[in-house]
Amino acid sequence: MAIEDDVLVIGGGLAGATAALAAANAGTKRVRLVTYKQSTLRHASGLIDVLGYTPAGKGPLTDPFDALEELPHGHPYERVGIDAVRDALSFFDGIVGDAYAGGHTDRNALVPTHGGTVKPTARYPAATAPGLASDDRDALLVGVETLPDFDAPLAAAHLEAAGIPFDCRGVTLRFPGITRDDAKVTRYAHLLDRNESVSTPSGEAGAREALSTAVRDHFEGEPRVGFPAILGDERADDVRGDLADTLGADVFEVPMGPPSLPGIRLEELLYDALEAAGVRVTSGVPVVGYETGDRAGAGRRTERIDHVVVDRHGAEIPHRADQYVLATGGLVGKGIESDREGVAEPIFGCRVPHAEDRYDWFVDDVFGEQPYARFGLEPDRELRPLDADGEPEFANLRAAGAVLGGYDYAAEKSGAGVSIATGYVAGTRSAEVSE
Amino acid sequence: MSNTDRPTDEGVPDEQSRDDGEFEPIQVFPEAEEMDLRPGADDCYKCSTCDTNCPVAEVDDEFPGPKFQGPEQWRLKRQDDHDIDESVMKCSNCMRCDSACPSEVPLSQMHNTARGEYVEENMTKLSREYLRNRMLANYRRLAPLGAAFPRTANFVMGLSITKWLGEKTMGITSERELPAFATETFREWWRKRGGPAVHDENNRIAYFHGCYANYNTPEVAKALVRVYEQFGYEVLVPEQHCSGTPMFANGMLEDARRSAETNVRELAAAIDDGADVVASCSSCSMSIRQEYPELFDFEGTDEVATNTWDAVEYLRVHEDLEAALADASVDDGRFEEFAYHAPCHARNQGLDGQTIELLELIDGVEAHDVGDSCSGISGTYGWKEENYETSMKIGKEMFEHMADADATAGLTECPTCSMQMEHGTGYEITHTLEILEAALVGTNPTAEST
Repeated sequence: MAIEDDVLVIGGGLAGATAALAAANAGTKRVRLVTYKQSTLRHASGLIDVLGYTPAGKGPLTDPFDALEELPHGHPYERVGIDAVRDALSFFDGIVGDAYAGGHTDRNALVPTHGGTVKPTARYPAATAPGLASDDRDALLVGVETLPDFDAPLAAAHLEAAGIPFDCRGVTLRFPGITRDDAKVTRYAHLLDRNESVSTPSGEAGAREALSTAVRDHFEGEPRVGFPAILGDERADDVRGDLADTLGADVFEVPMGPPSLPGIRLEELLYDALEAAGVRVTSGVPVVGYETGDRAGAGRRTERIDHVVVDRHGAEIPHRADQYVLATGGLVGKGIESDREGVAEPIFGCRVPHAEDRYDWFVDDVFGEQPYARFGLEPDRELRPLDADGEPEFANLRAAGAVLGGYDYAAEKSGAGVSIATGYVAGTRSAEVSE
Repeated sequence: MSNTDRPTDEGVPDEQSRDDGEFEPIQVFPEAEEMDLRPGADDCYKCSTCDTNCPVAEVDDEFPGPKFQGPEQWRLKRQDDHDIDESVMKCSNCMRCDSACPSEVPLSQMHNTARGEYVEENMTKLSREYLRNRMLANYRRLAPLGAAFPRTANFVMGLSITKWLGEKTMGITSERELPAFATETFREWWRKRGGPAVHDENNRIAYFHGCYANYNTPEVAKALVRVYEQFGYEVLVPEQHCSGTPMFANGMLEDARRSAETNVRELAAAIDDGADVVASCSSCSMSIRQEYPELFDFEGTDEVATNTWDAVEYLRVHEDLEAALADASVDDGRFEEFAYHAPCHARNQGLDGQTIELLELIDGVEAHDVGDSCSGISGTYGWKEENYETSMKIGKEMFEHMADADATAGLTECPTCSMQMEHGTGYEITHTLEILEAALVGTNPTAEST
């Protein structure tokens, strides 16, 4: 017996979760999401960028929707269309609720990063909201000795050099309760979540109070105080609220590099939504192959996938669905793989356009227009990957997120937006055509 | 069929392109004589996703996390004067880092290897810690004594003086109640019963019951037998040793090797007789499916690994279990509402959603998932005096979610998770197979006394 569902989504990152939620939302009875290893959401800043820069490098863009009209043929946004991008964003807003801000406007917000740059983004966690660079209130940035990724005085100086409309100061302190130089971000978050008792120069105190006290020594009455994004996990709102109360200032988080708590929190939000929507989740095991069905039945030359094979430590478990969504990620997430011979999509063998000579896959200028950054599947307008003849590879397979090609998400700042828009379209369309 | 072979080194061209004279690989390193984990270390790109999944690093300031214990320690060890860091003994072997890693680094294999080397090279064999760990790891050797005189053993183990002595002399926490021995082991019951009630050489499974279902919870093992016989399977119960899980976790790799050798031999013979292997304990199936092929190479190891299944998963794939459950109902006060915890070792096998999905189908049973936190006991880990506090800190989230769930009974597939769930909440804990038995066979198994 195969394990049976109506829509099967392969990949558990932002695109896969959105696709599964969209399919369930569109009324599909049984949706399953199969995810192998943990997704690149855990590396992600938690910001939802739609488009920060044009493919030609123009920007930062004030309004990404103006630029969406101009995108070249084959860009994922061009494929799904602007209305779908808008629908997908409001679908996302409905899923995350108050945990995210930015939905009140089409315009990009400017978020200070841990490197002291300013990043254009469409949605941002509520924890980041009081820190926006367009806000003209002065800010104190608090760095932690044992978190060298965020050098607060340096970041503050960078921000001032970038011309922010307020005074910004950075200080560095020891984090009360952390003894190891390499304590994990989850350890910081846990200390604050549980408000564990920690030793301070003036005796034992709760971790939240101890952190406030340590900040107060440097505090000069700024109306807002920024911390690296480690302020709690499950109870992050309480942690931030307590710190704000004791400091008498707004408290915000500065998004950090990997591993990233805002990315982890977004993942948790999405998986809670999947559970609430009745989506079945199978994790920790890879899809390793597929079988096609009877072509004659469809009466067309395009094949249908009959079932996929999930490997569970050598045992091969068939999973059958009517429609499939491939959301396995790009080169980093390993939905696209490369070796010296070529670039491939490993599960279905879908075509990945690329130059034959691997020396043409990159250019010498590191920050130049790198061809490899655009590697991925080429889809039709309902996101079915196309073969070399421009025909769908399979009648019932759609692709979403970074497995798609034709865009450079790192340069454009468009990764999350493309994942949400294409996940939404692939999931909704799968539900519509599912029997 | 798709071409999804995953070569170990994707950078090296295949034979054909080598013949073209395009590229001439030169062998720089000698053939590895010992297990070589270099590919695993090189695959780590230091994203630290593993560290964010480690339940120990989240609560224990002294634990440097799985990335250090695996790839970083491996590199450090290339310097001859470096010993394995003793912090490896703080790893609980929950194996969450394995399914975290986006780059397929075999973290738990690296940890198992490092822990084995630490115990072999750096731990004094006469130390209290070594003796205590060896005893805990070899529960299977002690259990027959307890099981031979279950009432006496249960009485003595329950005495506070025994627990006090256990902590003072052996370092076994006095906070926990030792699991009670059944008055009749599963194998005794099986012998008395005269073995299988169904005979069918074309439809056979070999049951790996493990130690706990044999000595402590034979009702789980009996439930498995009755459910499988209901579907027409002949059940074989081969000779078996401990699966090795507690031995890996304590770095007792030689003990594990001896047990694994017996298990592979006996299970391979059962497979030759036409059986597939099923296990009711998620750590036993994990061990046979993943750790055996990673750590041992007896004849038949891979064959046994690929033919071993979780007992519920096997029915789901080979029978129309969903249809059977959709027609079933349970009307028994003991089996109404459950707080379900998916064990880490079930998660690693892709089984975390299975129980909830199946129980949803049964009329009269409701199971609430209490989330993805680790129970914190991790086999023998939480039994050690020095780990008790860490173990309970890890378990706190699960206890809270169990308390929040609309249930006053617990459900899981792992024996030690069930000890922790009971310890933290006072709930009685059931195994999924017992509910399947109630749904498919009936709730009055005592009617069949032999």
